[in-house]
Amino acid sequence: MTYKIVASQCTSCSACEAECPNVAISEKNGTFVINPKKCTECIGYFDVPQCVAVCPVDDTCVIDNSLPRYQAAGGAA
Amino acid sequence: MESLSTETVDIGGAESIDDVMQKVAEHKGCGTSGGSGKASCGTAAGENDLPQEIWDKVKNHPCYSEEAHHHYARMHVAVAPACNIQCNYCNRKYDCANESRPGVVSEKLTPEQASKKVLAVASTIPQMTVLGIAGPGDPLANPEKTFKTFELIAATAPDIKLCLSTNGLALPEHVDTIAKYNVDHVTITINMVDPDVGAQIYPWIYWQHKRIYGREAAEILTQHQMRGLEMLTERGILCKVNSVMIPGINDKHLVEVNKAVKSRGAFLHNIMPLISSPEHGTVFGLNGQRGPTAQELKALQDSCEGEMNMMRHCRQCRADAVGLLGEDRSAEFTTDKIMAMEVTYDLESRKAYQTKVEEERLKVAAAKNAELATLAGEDNVDIKILIAVATKGSGRVNEHFGHAKEFQIYELSTHGAKFVGHRRVDLYCQGGYGEEDSLDTIIRAINDCTAVFVAKIGGCPKNDLVKAGIDPVDEFAFEFIEQSAITYFKRYLDKVKTGEIEHKERGDATLRQGAFITA
Repeated sequence: MTYKIVASQCTSCSACEAECPNVAISEKNGTFVINPKKCTECIGYFDVPQCVAVCPVDDTCVIDNSLPRYQAAGGAA
Repeated sequence: MESLSTETVDIGGAESIDDVMQKVAEHKGCGTSGGSGKASCGTAAGENDLPQEIWDKVKNHPCYSEEAHHHYARMHVAVAPACNIQCNYCNRKYDCANESRPGVVSEKLTPEQASKKVLAVASTIPQMTVLGIAGPGDPLANPEKTFKTFELIAATAPDIKLCLSTNGLALPEHVDTIAKYNVDHVTITINMVDPDVGAQIYPWIYWQHKRIYGREAAEILTQHQMRGLEMLTERGILCKVNSVMIPGINDKHLVEVNKAVKSRGAFLHNIMPLISSPEHGTVFGLNGQRGPTAQELKALQDSCEGEMNMMRHCRQCRADAVGLLGEDRSAEFTTDKIMAMEVTYDLESRKAYQTKVEEERLKVAAAKNAELATLAGEDNVDIKILIAVATKGSGRVNEHFGHAKEFQIYELSTHGAKFVGHRRVDLYCQGGYGEEDSLDTIIRAINDCTAVFVAKIGGCPKNDLVKAGIDPVDEFAFEFIEQSAITYFKRYLDKVKTGEIEHKERGDATLRQGAFITA
């Protein structure tokens, strides 16, 4: 699994960028995006995904189950 | 004092500003502070005094000295977007160019852009003496950007004072860095010292890579705020405390907060009214939590004033505000515009301009002083009235009634004229509404005032004000505010004595901040 940022919700506050242990978050066209290749959901680093914990708007950093590999594995679990 | 000696102006070769301010302070009944034999009421007319070294630090700081805010400007640069706590009165998603309240900005800046902006503004507005970082998030949740900005500005504009405003959660770990960068003014927003109260204000904090909720979160926050405040005080860094007054949640409790922060060395307490419109989309805005009325706010500020200096001139400005308090010139300095500007930083012309400002300040103080002396002998009269003043700054009655975006409120008594607050009446975001509506809004905002002082006023609003029991006064056009106010008050007392008028308590008034959208 990997997280994504819901662009319409993102306030571009950048708080997640500094907290991500994988340096997976960057600014793109005024909002922030998570590179799915780098995101580990913080497993191995922290108990909770840091982007979710620090984000000021609830339900903005969410599991991206639209990625093809998760669909093949049965979609959202 | 030595460190700021260049800002001292000699008057007739004998008296310095400090000497004159000292006389003003003594006249207002402020005591002297031991050692130096000098004292001053730095923030506003109050019973408390400030040690000389503190006055020297705040006398040109509009956010720390009420008297200075008529003359000096500040700017905020929005380099710190991230935040580490959630407050029920804040919503970071709201975005309106006309909105004026903390946490709102039009664009964020990199430290390099911010530094260029500071130079551009300082060259255009020579009375701009203070650069603050106040967000739109928390400066200490963005330490690299915040301190890089301070470093760049200190290198190019060394005469500008640096300050920051924080929620305090990350303060203890950054106190030494704050000291290193010569940031000598720090504001901490402290809304509670009781975690049970805090749990109703802060839903969560982000601390040590975890989200912590409720009472536990508030407990950590208050510990850090108090420790941070103590650490700043120990290092001689000036600390102001901001508190948001939330009726029914922390209004009574703020008296406790006042005691707690005073005992830890905060020198100024700024109790601000809650801003909560449903349009802002904050938790408090949506659940109908109201803000205080003008009378409630003033009563709380008055009750804390015996304990320490109270600030009443805060405009709760945006994190990218530019200009005098009460005005915002940020639209003149957008990133596009500043990047296109050729800027040469001319320290000498800034100093020359500020010397003129100091001369003007002395005139204001001297005029008030002279007028106050004529009130002697009226001490046994226990009458207080409020007046509203339309002003563009410089301590004068110099704004047209119809152009005023805010009115400054003075309380008049036999002790003189004391600044006690301001009322916003600007009507942007209120498209489609006629003159009558705007006049009603103004009357509601200054309904507790006996008179309104203006440079000029039209016939129609004049009549409506009289009908509402507010005396429209244009005879002091372009005169000094405090001097004029005392003159007016003396006449008022005379009329009461002769029975020409009957002194009556006025009602309450409506406080309004942020964008005003008529329901």
